[in-house]
Amino acid sequence: MAIDLPLVWAILILFSVMMYVVMDGFDLGIGILYPFFRDRKDRDVMMNTVAPVWDGNETWLVLGGAGLFVAFPIAYAAILTALYLPLVFMLVGLIFRGVAFEFRFKAPEAKRHYWDKAFTLGSYAATYFQGVTLGAFLQGIPVLDGKFVAGAFTWLTPFPLFVGCGLIAAYALLGATWLVMKTEGRLQERLRALATPLTWILLLVIATISVWTPLAQPAIAQKWFTWPNIAWFSPVPALVLVCGVLLQRKLRDHRSHAMPFLLTLGLVFLGYSGLGISLWPNVVPPSVTLWQAAGPPRSLGFTLVGALLIVPMILGYTAWGYWVFRGKVHHGEGYH
Amino acid sequence: MDALLLARVQFAFTISFHIVFPALTIGLASYLAVLEGLWLKSGNAIYRDLFHFWKKVFAVAFGMGVVSGLVMAYQFGTNWAEFSRFAGGVTGPLLTYEVLTAFFLEAGFLGVMLFGMHRVGPGLHFFATIMVALGTLISATWILASNSWMQTPQGHEIIDGRVVPVDWLAIIFNPSFPYRLVHMVFAAFLATALLVVASAAWHLLRGRDDAPVRKMLAMGLGMLLVVAPLQAFVGDLHGLNTLEHQPAKLAAIEGHWENKPGEAVPLILFGLPDMDAEKTRYAVEIPRLGSMLLTHTWDGQFPGLKEFPKEDRPDSLVVFWSFRLMVGLGFLMIVLAVLGAWLHRRNRIYASRAYLQFALAMGPAGLLAILAGWVTTEIGRQPWVIYGVMRTADAVSAHDASQVGFTLALFVLVYTLVFGTGTVYLLRIIGKGPESGEPTPQGGAGQMRQPMRPLSGAPETFDDLEAVTVARSEHHGH
Ligand code: HDD
Ligand code: HEM
Ligand code: HEM
Repeated sequence: MAIDLPLVWAILILFSVMMYVVMDGFDLGIGILYPFFRDRKDRDVMMNTVAPVWDGNETWLVLGGAGLFVAFPIAYAAILTALYLPLVFMLVGLIFRGVAFEFRFKAPEAKRHYWDKAFTLGSYAATYFQGVTLGAFLQGIPVLDGKFVAGAFTWLTPFPLFVGCGLIAAYALLGATWLVMKTEGRLQERLRALATPLTWILLLVIATISVWTPLAQPAIAQKWFTWPNIAWFSPVPALVLVCGVLLQRKLRDHRSHAMPFLLTLGLVFLGYSGLGISLWPNVVPPSVTLWQAAGPPRSLGFTLVGALLIVPMILGYTAWGYWVFRGKVHHGEGYH
Repeated sequence: MDALLLARVQFAFTISFHIVFPALTIGLASYLAVLEGLWLKSGNAIYRDLFHFWKKVFAVAFGMGVVSGLVMAYQFGTNWAEFSRFAGGVTGPLLTYEVLTAFFLEAGFLGVMLFGMHRVGPGLHFFATIMVALGTLISATWILASNSWMQTPQGHEIIDGRVVPVDWLAIIFNPSFPYRLVHMVFAAFLATALLVVASAAWHLLRGRDDAPVRKMLAMGLGMLLVVAPLQAFVGDLHGLNTLEHQPAKLAAIEGHWENKPGEAVPLILFGLPDMDAEKTRYAVEIPRLGSMLLTHTWDGQFPGLKEFPKEDRPDSLVVFWSFRLMVGLGFLMIVLAVLGAWLHRRNRIYASRAYLQFALAMGPAGLLAILAGWVTTEIGRQPWVIYGVMRTADAVSAHDASQVGFTLALFVLVYTLVFGTGTVYLLRIIGKGPESGEPTPQGGAGQMRQPMRPLSGAPETFDDLEAVTVARSEHHGH
C-alpha cells in the first residue's frame, strides 16, 4: 500500500488546529470582549451563549499536540522546545480561563469579581500567546540535525508580538459576530457597532502580515512570487477583500444574524490557508519538511487506524451538541 | 539547581497533581456504576441518593483531571524534547490512543451520565455510567502501557538513533505492564474507598447517623476488606517482577548493598541508606526475611547495589523510604478494614469514636500511598528514563536553568491557586453529605448544567455550602 502517511497526518493535524481555532476562537473572543460590557445581565447572556459548548473545544488542541507527537516527533520536540515560554503562558491562560468559567458561578458573591478578572485575563493571555507561538513558528525555528539550536528568547521579536495582537483582534471579531448571531435587542446593536471597527483592524492586520512575511523571509517571498504559485495565491487577497466588504454590509443589515459570523470564519479560514500555502511542505520552517520529520511508518499507521475511527465520532457529537443548543439566548435565561 | 533537575522537579510536580484526580475518577466511576446498578435492581432510594451525591464529587475531580492533563500532553515536548525525538515512535501512539479514547468516553457518555437521567431511560443511563467507568479504565490502560514500556522496554528496534516499533503487542504487553495496571487500578479503588469511609466517619462523628451514611461506611469498608489484602499480594508479585527486570531498583528499595557468600539476606525494616558510604546506616533487620520474601527460599540471594556501577544506581535513600511509606499505609489499610469489619459485626462501629477518628485520618492515605508508590517506581528507574535504553540526562530539552525554574515557579503558583480552590470545593461538597430525594440535575439548552462541562455537574455554590455547614453546626450546638 502506498498511502503517504506523513501527508495524511499533516492534513489531520491541520484539521484539528483549524477546528480548534474555529471553535475556541469565538469563546476566547467573548473573554476578550468581556471588559467592554459592564452590565451584569449582559455578561450573563454572553457567558450563556458559550456555556454549552466551550469545554469540548480544547480537546482539539490536545489532539493537535498528540498528533504532532505521533506523526512528527522531531517537529514536536523542536517546536515545543523553541516555543517553550509562550506555550507555557498559553497553557496557564487556558487553565485560568477554564476554571474561572466554572468557579465564577460557584464563588461567593463578594469574590466573584476575582474569577471574572481571571476569566478575562486568562482569555487575553491564552489568545495573545497563541498568536506569539504562531508568529514565531512562521518566522522559522533554527534547527540543526533536527534539534533546536537557539536561545530561550528566539521567539521574542517584533513579528511574533505583532501576530499576538493580531490574533486578539481576530478572536475578538469572531466573538463579536458569534454574539450578534446568538443575542438580540440592545446588546446585539452594541455588538454590531463594535464589530465594524474590529473588521477594519483585522483587515489591516492581515495586510500587514502579508507584506511583512515575504519581506522578512526571502524563502517565502520566492515561493509566493514565482509562477505558477502566484496564480494559486492571487485569489486569496481578492477573496479576503470580498469577505471584508460583505461583512461590513451584513453587520449593518439588521435582518442578517448568522452571516457576519460565517464571513468572519471565512476570513479566518483564508488567513489560515494562506499560512498553509506559505509553509508547505515544511513542518518546521524554514528547513525541515514533512517527510524528514516523520516518525516511523508503523507508528503513523497504527495510530491512523484509531484516529480515522474515532475522529468522525467526535465530529458527530460536536455537531449534535451545537444542534441541541441552537437558538438565541435571552436575558434572564439559564443559570438559575 | 541545573536545568535537568528542575525539569525533573517540574515533571514530578505536575504529574503528582494530575495523578490524584484521575485516581479518584477511576475509583468513583466504578463506585457510581455499582450504586446505580444496586438502585435499579433493588429500587432502594438510598442508592439513588448516594449516586447523586458522589456524582457531584466525581464531576469536580473529572474537571480537575482534564485541566491538569492538558499540561501533561505538552510537557513531553517542552521539557523532554530528546526523549520525544528518540522514543516518540512508541510513546506517541500510546498517548494518542489515550487521548482519543478519553475524548470518546467524554463525548459519548459523560454528558448523559451527569445530566441525562430524565432524557434517556434508566437502562440507557446505567449503560452510560458503565461506559464512563470503562472509559477511565481504558484510559489508565494506555498510559500505563506507555509508562511500563519505559520501565521494561521490548518489541522495538533502534534504527538511526530512534526507537522504531516492531511488535505492538509486545510493546503494550511488556513484562511489567500487567502488574502495574492491576496494582494501579486497585490503588485507585482503595483511595476512593478510603475517601468514602472517611466522609462517612466525618458525618457520624458530627452526629449525623442515618441510613445513607451507614450504607456508605459499609460499602467502603467492604471494598477495603477485599482489595487491601489483594493489593499487598499484587504488590508482592510486582516486586518479584521488578527483581527480575530491574534488579538495581529492587536493591535500592531494600537498601541492600552486598551479599555475603552462603548467607541469607535479612529484611531491613528501617535504616538510612547512604549512597556515598555504600551502606545502610542504623539498620534494623529481621534475619532471613529478605531471602524469604524475594526468593521464596531459606537462604537465597539477590543482587545488591554494589554489583551495579555507581552511575547506574538509583537513589536508595528516597526509594527506601517512599516504598516503606506506601507499604506501611497499605498495612494500615488492612488493619482499618479488619477492625472495621469486626466492629461492624458486633454493631459497635457507629458509636466507636476512636475508630471513626482513625477512619477519618486515613482518608488521604490512599492518595498518599499512590504518590509514594510512583516516587518509588520513577526514582527507582533512575538514571534511566527508558530502562537500559536512554538516560534521563540525555532526554531533557536544551533549556537553561533560569527558564525551567521560572516556569516551575509559575506552575506551583497557578496549581496551588486553581487546584487549591478545586480541592476546597470538593471537600465542602463531601462535608455537605448526601441528601434524600435530591432533585436530579437536568442539563440542556438554557440550563446551568451542560454536558460538555463536567464541573457544572456539581451545582452548589460556595455560599450554599457555607450555609449548610453553619446551619448544621448550630443545630448540633443545641
Ligand atoms: C493505595 C495505594 C497503594 C498501596 C496500598 C500499595 N501500593 Fe504499591 N504502588 C502503588 C500504590 C500502592 C502505585 C502508586 O500504584 C504504584 C506506582 C507504580 C505502580 O505500578 O504502582 C506502586 C508501586 C509498587 C512497586 C514498584 C514496582 C516498580 O516500580 O517496579 C512495588 C514493589 C509495590 N508497589 C509493592 C507494594 C506492596 C508490597 C504493597 C503492600 C502493602 C503495596 N505496594 C501497597
Ligand atoms: C503513567 C505515565 C507516566 C510516564 C509516561 C512518566 C514518564 C516520566 C518521565 C519522562 C520522567 C522524566 C524523567 C525522570 O526524571 O525520570 C518522569 C519522572 C518522574 N515521574 Fe513519571 N511518568 C508517568 C507517570 C508518573 C506518575 C503517575 C507519577 C506520580 C507521582 C510519576 C512520578 C514521577 C516522578 C516523581 C519523576 C521524577 C523522577 C526523578 O526526578 O528522579 N510518574 N516520569
Ligand atoms: C498513571 C498515570 C495516569 C493515569 C492513570 C491517567 C489517567 C487519566 C484519566 C482517567 C483521565 C480522564 C480524566 C479524568 O478522569 O480525570 C486523564 C486525563 C488526561 N490525562 Fe492522564 N493519566 C495518567 C498520566 C498522564 C500522563 C503522563 C499524561 C501525559 C501525556 C496524561 C495526559 C492526560 C490528558 C491530556 C488528559 C485530558 C484528556 C481529556 O481532555 O479528557 N495523563 N488521565
